Amino acid sequence: MENEVLRIEHLHKEFEGNVILKDLNLTVRRGEVIVVIGPSGCGKSTFLRCINALEDIQGGQILLDGHPVRRDAKDVTQMRQKIGMVFQSYDLFPHKTILHNITLAPEKVQKRPRAEAEKEAMELLERVGLADRAGDYPRQLSGGQKQRVAIVRALCMHPEILLLDEITAALDPEMVHEVLEVVVSLARLGSTMLIVTHEMAFARAIADRVLFLDGGEIVEESSDPKAFFTKPQTPRAQAFLKTFDYE
Amino acid sequence: MQSLGIDVLLKGSNFLRLLTGLWTAVRISLISVAISIALGILAGMLMTSKSTLVKVLMRVYLEIVRIMPQMVLLFIVYFGTTRVFGLNLEAETAAIIVFTFWGTAEMGDLVRGALISIPRIQYESAAALGMSETAAFRYVILPQTVRRLIPLSINLITRMIKTTSLVMMIGIVEVLKVGQQIIEANRKTSPNAAFGVFAVVFLMYFLICWPVSRLAARLEKRWA
Amino acid sequence: MDMSVINSYIPLYRDALLLTLRIGWQGVFWAFIIGLGCTLIRQLRIPVLRGVVTVYVELLRNTPLLVQLFFLYFALPKIGIRISAEVCGSLGLGLLGGAYMAETFRSGLDNIAPVQEESALSLGMSRYQTLRYVIFPQAASASMAGILANVIFLLKETSVFSVISLMDLMFTAKDLIGMYAKTIECLTLLVMFYLIMLLPVSLLGTVLERRLRFAEFGN
Repeated sequence: MENEVLRIEHLHKEFEGNVILKDLNLTVRRGEVIVVIGPSGCGKSTFLRCINALEDIQGGQILLDGHPVRRDAKDVTQMRQKIGMVFQSYDLFPHKTILHNITLAPEKVQKRPRAEAEKEAMELLERVGLADRAGDYPRQLSGGQKQRVAIVRALCMHPEILLLDEITAALDPEMVHEVLEVVVSLARLGSTMLIVTHEMAFARAIADRVLFLDGGEIVEESSDPKAFFTKPQTPRAQAFLKTFDYE
Repeated sequence: MQSLGIDVLLKGSNFLRLLTGLWTAVRISLISVAISIALGILAGMLMTSKSTLVKVLMRVYLEIVRIMPQMVLLFIVYFGTTRVFGLNLEAETAAIIVFTFWGTAEMGDLVRGALISIPRIQYESAAALGMSETAAFRYVILPQTVRRLIPLSINLITRMIKTTSLVMMIGIVEVLKVGQQIIEANRKTSPNAAFGVFAVVFLMYFLICWPVSRLAARLEKRWA
Repeated sequence: MDMSVINSYIPLYRDALLLTLRIGWQGVFWAFIIGLGCTLIRQLRIPVLRGVVTVYVELLRNTPLLVQLFFLYFALPKIGIRISAEVCGSLGLGLLGGAYMAETFRSGLDNIAPVQEESALSLGMSRYQTLRYVIFPQAASASMAGILANVIFLLKETSVFSVISLMDLMFTAKDLIGMYAKTIECLTLLVMFYLIMLLPVSLLGTVLERRLRFAEFGN
């Protein structure tokens, strides 16, 4: 496929004898937004972590632009630069200001000139409405603000694809919206994203494609999110979606 | 190549003498630890006392112990008491007094730390379950405190054993002193005995302290 | 107490203090360097050297400095390694302190959430860059209280230097008591001079700990 960014073939992951992911296959095209949902412990976070080579894999391969991503490969840091990731827990560096959180990797890893990195960081902060907080330290920000910065920090590396791992799960409900809004605007601008989330309304609104993961495998895949959320095909997806209804 | 002194240790009762010297050091530290733990629990409770005066006094006590080398305290008690009170303190008694004075403060601080580390909510949920203050302390707070304290007290034992090596400086014949005597006595026949003897003393201390600190580390991990 | 005795002893104690301080701070310096080296080896997971570090740390932490000094000063010359008393003092202190510093740094590192390392890695940083820009600065501030406690501990430990005939404070006090039997004066001076040496460090520790606890980054 021509505009394919990420291809995952027969991904297999075990940990201490337990199979966590089995025979996962997925192709992500440029500009596509894929949402991964599923019950806790279904392996969706591990899936993202494997793509960013934070976990060893026991079988299959992950190809970014046709190039393998492996934890033990020499070029793993180069590959990770092309894969942005935002975690559930606020993972900003507490000893750096907001601006330096963002410019650290562009400066040290990509060796970009400081002025240029800072200029871009400020533009991105402007976009998420946090330009006035550039000189603050992370602990002076709310959870929602920290997550917006974390997204900017990943973006400033110009990744090919962005992995978002339950980025609103640890937030107070009133802060969820401000973070998801940023993600929606990224999707409009054509960012390629792979998103793990529990926010079903958000998933439904933003997804080009939905993957339902359970027990380490893709149980249902749909390129029509509206249809999936109203009428899932498999019994397991039906049961899962039912847990979000209170009637 | 001349002998490095291991043979000297195998001669006659030399090794046994070394072990006896080691026992002297260990005995002093065990007695001091036992008294320190008992007094330390008391000291720890005083450190968390509601009275500011008591807290300040305990704080000063702890700071003195923290700042003054045990060696200095040992000199003061051993040489100073003779002069000031005309008391002729036995070296071993002086050592036990000093190490207990030190150990009580350290133990007290550990007890204080353990007591204040129990979150407020633990007291509150015990109260919410209708427990009296005594019952809450007995069934909820105490077991948690003890768990935190046991590994730390075991660590205090190794610190105490290491510190006891100082008693040779006030003339107690412990393992290092015995070692020196053995080297001295065999100066002519094996001039290099110092190597073997001091290497063995080094290992002896290690073999006593290491298992104890491993145990403390394991308990700490398990009960953390 | 005889003030004229005290006055005549002060210069001797001052010289002893300067010697103790010089060797003591050299020891602290080496302790810091050795501790950092051990930590780097552990963090970069360098094979073989990692094992050496573990053995070193366990050996030094589980034996008294006095015994270590005896070994360095009296035993090593027998196999042809001769070191001066002064070098022996600072080296002994540095080796002991290195083991303690390594453990302090390790516990500082253990307190940093794994996601900090992961997010640095996910930004494409190498292991070394992750350590240098993200992990170490945080660990250093988390370890500050422990580092200062180690410094005080090491400076206190200098009190055993007299066994390798270094004319430190203990040596001077013992010597003077032996010669002139002015016990009270000698012991008073001994306490005073140790206070001069250790009180500033202890106060600095209290101040720093407070500031670190209440004013973390961004306050």
